[in-house]
Amino acid sequence: MLQGCVALAEGAIAAGCRYYFGYPITPQNDIPEYLSGRLPQVGGVFIQAESEIASINMLLGASAAGARAMTSSSGPGISLMQEGLSYMAGSELPGLVVNITRIGPGLGGIASSQGDYWQATRGGGHGDYRLIVLAPNSVQEMYDLTIKAFYLSDKYRNPAMILADAILGQMKEPVRLKKPPVEIPHKPWALTGASGRKAQIIKSLYLGDGEMEEHNWHLYEKYEQLQRRDTLVEIDVDDNADILLISFGSCSRMVQSAVGMARSRGLKVGFVRPITLFPFPHDTIRELSREVGRVLTVEMNTGQMWDDVRLSLHPGCRASLLARPGGGIPSPAQILSKMEKLLKAGDKVAEGIC
Amino acid sequence: MQKVFARPQSMLETTSHFCPGCHHGTVHRLLCEAIDHYGIRENTVGVPGVGCGVFLYDYIDIDVCEAPHGRAPAVATGMKRVAPENFIFTYQGDGDLGAIGFSEVVHTANRGENITVIFVNNSVYGMTGGQMAPTTLLGQRTTTSPRGRDLRNDGYPLRMTEMLAALEGVVFAARVSLHTAAHVKKARKAVMKAFHTQLEGTGFSFIEFISACPTNWNLSSQESVNRIEKEIIPYYKTGIFKEKDGGG
Ligand SMILES: Cc1ncc(C[n+]2csc(CCOP(=O)(O)OP(=O)(O)O)c2C)c(N)n1
Repeated sequence: MLQGCVALAEGAIAAGCRYYFGYPITPQNDIPEYLSGRLPQVGGVFIQAESEIASINMLLGASAAGARAMTSSSGPGISLMQEGLSYMAGSELPGLVVNITRIGPGLGGIASSQGDYWQATRGGGHGDYRLIVLAPNSVQEMYDLTIKAFYLSDKYRNPAMILADAILGQMKEPVRLKKPPVEIPHKPWALTGASGRKAQIIKSLYLGDGEMEEHNWHLYEKYEQLQRRDTLVEIDVDDNADILLISFGSCSRMVQSAVGMARSRGLKVGFVRPITLFPFPHDTIRELSREVGRVLTVEMNTGQMWDDVRLSLHPGCRASLLARPGGGIPSPAQILSKMEKLLKAGDKVAEGIC
Repeated sequence: MQKVFARPQSMLETTSHFCPGCHHGTVHRLLCEAIDHYGIRENTVGVPGVGCGVFLYDYIDIDVCEAPHGRAPAVATGMKRVAPENFIFTYQGDGDLGAIGFSEVVHTANRGENITVIFVNNSVYGMTGGQMAPTTLLGQRTTTSPRGRDLRNDGYPLRMTEMLAALEGVVFAARVSLHTAAHVKKARKAVMKAFHTQLEGTGFSFIEFISACPTNWNLSSQESVNRIEKEIIPYYKTGIFKEKDGGG
């Protein structure tokens, strides 16, 4: 049995990450507290930075030197990191940022929320870029997806984010520590000193005519490749399902329970869980929404992922949203009763928040 | 015939984008001389902040990583922790280091991070067109202090070297100028000492260069040199402010 934050930290170590830079903020302190003891045991370095601005830039430097490195924070701290994330994406530097979210805006609250979905999936900082965003829904996935995040981040030379919350960070579940052989790819672009080769530059400034447009198309092509090759989604759909539930992260655990309850009452239902939030499983949802005809998105914000769901829907599919934006968790009973109401109303219920 | 003056090996042969009378080029040259002197070109990484010095890679033949405005000391920290055997320096202006990046340089110095910070103080924001910097002298006219820097509105010009010298983690701290040959000679010596400090692994080293910005001072090169002598040096005293045993 491991706590979510500890599983995530062990996942980072299993992935060969030896550098952590971070600044305290609730509810993610278990990660730095654990790694401050653990990293020196494996020859790594832990630095408590003076701010999240410093943390992300230490990460940028460690990454430019060729290492696997990470930082973690929550809402306000992640906001401070956006400039650095934009520079990392622009400079094509990998690295892992963990967001154990709080409720926002502002100082908000420390209970679970999924209100940072837009910030995470739209890039978050200035310019035309994306983060690779993975959303675990179990302690096992806190471990597995951390390893995966380092792999994808190196593969695409783009920062990756784990988007989780206090529920996932605090809960304890059994975990299989698979310890895959660490394969850190060769990084010929890293700044190790110009020995036996020409001097190299890592930069995001391009002032030449047309250079920036070319650079942005190059980044765009990477995001397209990500979409084609590395979209992750969990699908559990009954034959002839009458309603499709879509949810991610901790919230999806409630939805899974509700789906189980619905099935025991004889309802035909489907469940889709985006595991990568960027790239988003647009194709899967388009196809399933065509077959099922009605979707219910359940999330702990005012409907941020719902934007992506609606971008994916097959025309004519009815879309509803069950949203809890203030730290409240939609219970399986609440979800089930929504489902039943929607099914009973048939075509009479208009689209929208229910 | 004997050659008495040549381009340092680590300096790229190219035309400079710097304005006439600007001292950035002189700072570059001194860095190249030190890199050549210690034979460290192949394990040196430079981290310029955002400002006129960002084009470091166009002039020095070493690995270079751009940092966001003010964050070069944090970037250098990450790099140095991954590769302590490499020589890492930041290159920052007074807006970059004294304003937006104040926190990063202070905490990097206070951790005693074994890096070298090159600080070019031209008393204005050069790259963005001559706005007031934290180092702008009282009464100095800039594009954002058109009536001159006003104590009551803008506070005092910041003395970074003195502040940093007070920190335990700092092993070497000096302020030098480049407006006369004699000062350049002293500056060269200080750069060698700062490099030596890092190579010995004893901690944080810092050099502030008083530097001319004739374009944004609205002065000629000669008038700028005169201004440094008469107005700047009296406020920003040159010299070595910290040299701990075991360093330098
Ligand atoms: C976050 C952020 N704010 C503002 C800027 C704009 N900017 C670029 S350079 C600069 C100041 C440069 O002045 P200084 O550091 O003194 O260096 P100099 O150009 O004089 O050598 C500013 C404000 C920026 N790039 N990023």
